[in-house]
Order: sequence, then C-alpha cells, then structure tokens
Amino acid sequence: MSNTKTFAIAAIVVVALACLPFGVSGYVLGLLTLAYYFGVFAMSWDLLFGFAGEVNFGPSFLIGLGAYTAGMLNHYAHMPIWGCVILGSLASVIGGLLLAIPALRLSGPYFGLTTLVAVLLLQNVIVLFAGWTGGEIGLDLPDVLSIDDRNNYWISLAFMTISGAILFGLSRSAVGLILQASGQDAIQAGALGFNVTKHKLAAFCVSALFSGLAGAMLIFYEGTASPGTVVDIGVGVQVIIAAVLGGRRTILGAALGAIFLIVAGEILRPLGEISTFIVSAVALAVILFFPGGFLGTLLHRGAR
Amino acid sequence: MKLLQILIDGFAISSLYGVGAIGFTLIFGVSGVLNLSHGAIMVTAAVAAWAAAGTLGLGPYGGAGAGVLASVAMSFATYLLVVRPIQTSKRIPREEKEIFVLTGTLLWGIMLQEAIAYLFTSNPKTVLPLIPGVISIAGIRTPSQEIVTAVLSWTAIGALWLLVNRTRVGKVLLAASINPRGLTLLGFELPTIYLYVWGLYGVLAGIAGVLLGSFLGVSSDNVGQLTASAFSIVVLGGLGSVTGSLVGAYVVGYLETITAYLISPSIRTIPVLLLLVVVVYLRPQGLLGRR
Repeated sequence: MSNTKTFAIAAIVVVALACLPFGVSGYVLGLLTLAYYFGVFAMSWDLLFGFAGEVNFGPSFLIGLGAYTAGMLNHYAHMPIWGCVILGSLASVIGGLLLAIPALRLSGPYFGLTTLVAVLLLQNVIVLFAGWTGGEIGLDLPDVLSIDDRNNYWISLAFMTISGAILFGLSRSAVGLILQASGQDAIQAGALGFNVTKHKLAAFCVSALFSGLAGAMLIFYEGTASPGTVVDIGVGVQVIIAAVLGGRRTILGAALGAIFLIVAGEILRPLGEISTFIVSAVALAVILFFPGGFLGTLLHRGAR
Repeated sequence: MKLLQILIDGFAISSLYGVGAIGFTLIFGVSGVLNLSHGAIMVTAAVAAWAAAGTLGLGPYGGAGAGVLASVAMSFATYLLVVRPIQTSKRIPREEKEIFVLTGTLLWGIMLQEAIAYLFTSNPKTVLPLIPGVISIAGIRTPSQEIVTAVLSWTAIGALWLLVNRTRVGKVLLAASINPRGLTLLGFELPTIYLYVWGLYGVLAGIAGVLLGSFLGVSSDNVGQLTASAFSIVVLGGLGSVTGSLVGAYVVGYLETITAYLISPSIRTIPVLLLLVVVVYLRPQGLLGRR
C-alpha cells in the first residue's frame, strides 16, 4: 500500500472518529478514550518489537514510571498537568535508559526477562511505599484533564493520532529501516556500518517516551493512578496481545488491536467471568490462524 | 527455634518449587519452549484434585490421581493445540516463533484460568491432605502434609533423575536437549520426543499443583504468580538446567521463608527479585546454566 493511500485512509478514519461525539453516548466515548491511550501503549511496544526485534515484556514498567512520576508530582508538588506529563515522560525515558543500557547487552529471552523483573520490582516498590504512593488502592490526583466526556475523547484521539503519525513516520524512515535490519540480522547490520546498539537504544527511548507520555495522560484522564491500571503485568500483557493481534511491524495495527481488545472486553462484559475467556480465545485463534494480525493479513491480501 | 522453623518450612516449600520448576525447565531444555501457561496447568491439577476428592468423593488419593491426570491431559492439549501449530506454521517466520509461543501459551493460560474461575469460582481451594494431622519435629509443630510434600517432591525428582540417566527414553531426551538435529539424523522423530517431554511435564506440574493445593491452597487468581515464580526460579538456576532449577528453587524458597519470618511476609518476594536482577546482569545464563 502506497504512503499516500495509507495517509488518505488514516485521515478519513480520524475525521470519522472525531465526529463520533456528536452521535454516541458518553459511555461509548469513555470506553474509546481509554482504548486510544492503550493504542499508544501498543504502538510504542510495536516500534521496539516489530522493528528493533527486542521483546519488551515490561511495557507497563515504562507506562507506570511515567504515570506515577506525573501523579506524585501533581499530588504532592501540585505541579500543573502539562509539567507533570513532561517530567513523567522524561522519568520514563531515564528509567528506560537505565534499564536498556545494561539489558541490551543481553540477548534473546534474557532481555525480555530483565524487563519483566523491572515491572515486578516497580509494582512491589509501589505497594511497599503505600504511604507515599497510595499502594494497591491508588493515588488520587487533584487535577484532571477535563471533566467533559467529549473533550477527553478529543484529547485522547488527538494524542493517539499525533503519536501514531510520529511512530509510523519513524518506522518508515531510514532509521526505521536500520532498526528493522538490526532486528532481523544484527551482525550483518553491524557489518554494514550501522551502530546497532545505538539505534536500538534510540528506539527504546522513543518507545519509553510515548509509553510514559500516554501513561501520564491516562491517569490525568482517570483522575487516579493505581497499579492495576498502569503497572500490573496484566496491563503489559494486554499491550503485547494488542500489538500482536493488530499485526506486528505495522504500528497502526497495534492501535487497532488495542481498540478491539478494549471494546470487545466491554461488549462481552455482561457475560461475566467468561468474557475474558472469549476475548483470549479469539486472540489465540487470530495468532494461530492469521499470524499477521488484523492489519498484516489485510495488507497481505491487498498486495496479492 | 525460629531457625528450625525456617529450616523445616523452607525445605518443604523449596522442594515443592523444585518439582514445579523442573518440568518448566525440561520443556525449555528439550524443545526451547517457555510455557507461560505453567501456572494455569498447576492450578488445573489442584482444582481437579479438589473437585475429585470432595465433590466426586474419591478421597484424597483418588483426588491426587485425578489431579495429575488432569494436568497431563492439559499439558498434551497445550502442546497439540497451541505450541505445535505455531512451531509448524509456515506463515510465522522462524525468528518470531518464540514470541508467538510466548503469547500463545500466555493466552491459553488466561483461558484456562478464566474457565476454572467460571466453573469452580475463584475462591481459594484446599486439597485434602494425603496424611492429615500435625507432628512435632524437635519441638516444632509441623503439619504432616509438609513432610509428605517434601518426601513426594523428592521422590518425583529422584524418579526423573533415574529416568533421564538410566533409561533409553531418558537418554534420547537428553540428546534432544543437546543436539536435536543430530538426533533426527539418527532416525528419531522429534515430535514423538516432544510428546514424551510434555507428558513428563504434565506429571511433574500435576504433582506440584496437587501438593501446592494441599499445602497452601490455590485459587485461579494465583495463576500469574505461579508462572512468574517458576520463571524466576528457572532463570536464577539457568534456563534448561535441571540441577540449576533445583538450586534456584532452594535459593528462592529459603530466601522467601527467611524474609517472611525475619522481616515481614508482605515483602516476601522482593529479595528474590533483587537477586534476580543481579544474576541477570552479572551472569545472564543463570547460576548453573550453559550458554
């Protein structure tokens, strides 16, 4: 699919989504608002996995670090939201660097493992210092982005669109190609004169930046930060499933996967406990029978 | 007094961790699969034992047998329905099989967890102990089930050792973990070997699950925690190394027990995580792993 065609389709979809608040209820808007933030989580993860070839099992480490830094600054220092969000994503990048510099020397499952341990540690620290962080119950925030459903919806849609455009652009740029080469054959990419580690580190930083940003925005939308929404392994798992489901290496597919997961989970909610079973079964079926994911399969059909 | 208590409790919990982790590491060693539905399979075994012993009235021994059977069945199902289709799929590039197996088994584990919660609720269940009662070891009151746990765990570990080192099937498994291609050249069918491993894994995970259920009790909410702890033990000891996993199990088991008794049960898992970070950075192949 050519770039102009992708751009045209994406533009139509975004305009259509932007008109939604005039037609649907606040309940649906709230659901989609959440889904869009998740979309950014999934897209950032896809940049790292799909292009740099590094499996990050701890997306929620980066998300949670950004979210909690922003949340604590707001709760204790009463900093305005924009300041909290900027510092939160900065913390996420620094944390990401501290994690990635030693971890990138490791290969294969060990990199993934280190990221997983990072999440568990962060979660434990939050629970351990419950007096400061609010523990399992969460930290309430004095400020929120907006109390209006529509405004919140538009903010998150705009955020996802801009993040998506930047990440997608990056993945299609020369840097994206180098990353893809490093992911597929690090030795050959190195032999061609590219600094593989430096590029992967840059990818990790970008991924951390958007994860932290989205995490911080999400808690200011919800008005509270709790481990269950931004740190828990389950959050990270959902991000990974969304990205693989939507189609890895497509960036935009990851957002589709995230929206699908959140919306499907909500539609099936009346079924009670069995709803998660059904969503997981559908996701498993997609992975087994359409390993390219939604967008990957679609693009493949289009190419033939 | 406290020291002895730590020694006894730590030993029982560590041997239990050991059995659970050995199965996990065995599959990785032989077929390179990290099975993230591990916790779910253990819980399946425990819940099946609980249901068979209580609801169906088979008694503690019948229940334990049913638990292990359920675990073996679930293990084969995991392999045949999830892992093998991914491994043989031509549409998944080889370098991405790993993440697909991880995601696939993870989803499968969530499905099992939710199915158990739906059918049996997520309330904690305690499996009937094989030998009820409390006995006293040097003045420490210890539930008999703790001793049963340690003895049965070590019996299972010993049986596995004999199987791997003294039988033909075991030698084939060992060979598969060292050089699978060489083994196929000798005329062995890898899929058949994998079936053996998954069967063996089912037995080990089943024993661990049933014992865990009778020792601490389990609920479907424990699935993630169980997988994570098996994962940390195995990484600590060295992925694919059976001896390493045992060492890892004892390190984790005792570290947790000591922390729980001497500091606070609420930070039980933190020292293990810190140790894990140090080991992964300084010696990524684990304490006894091979590169």
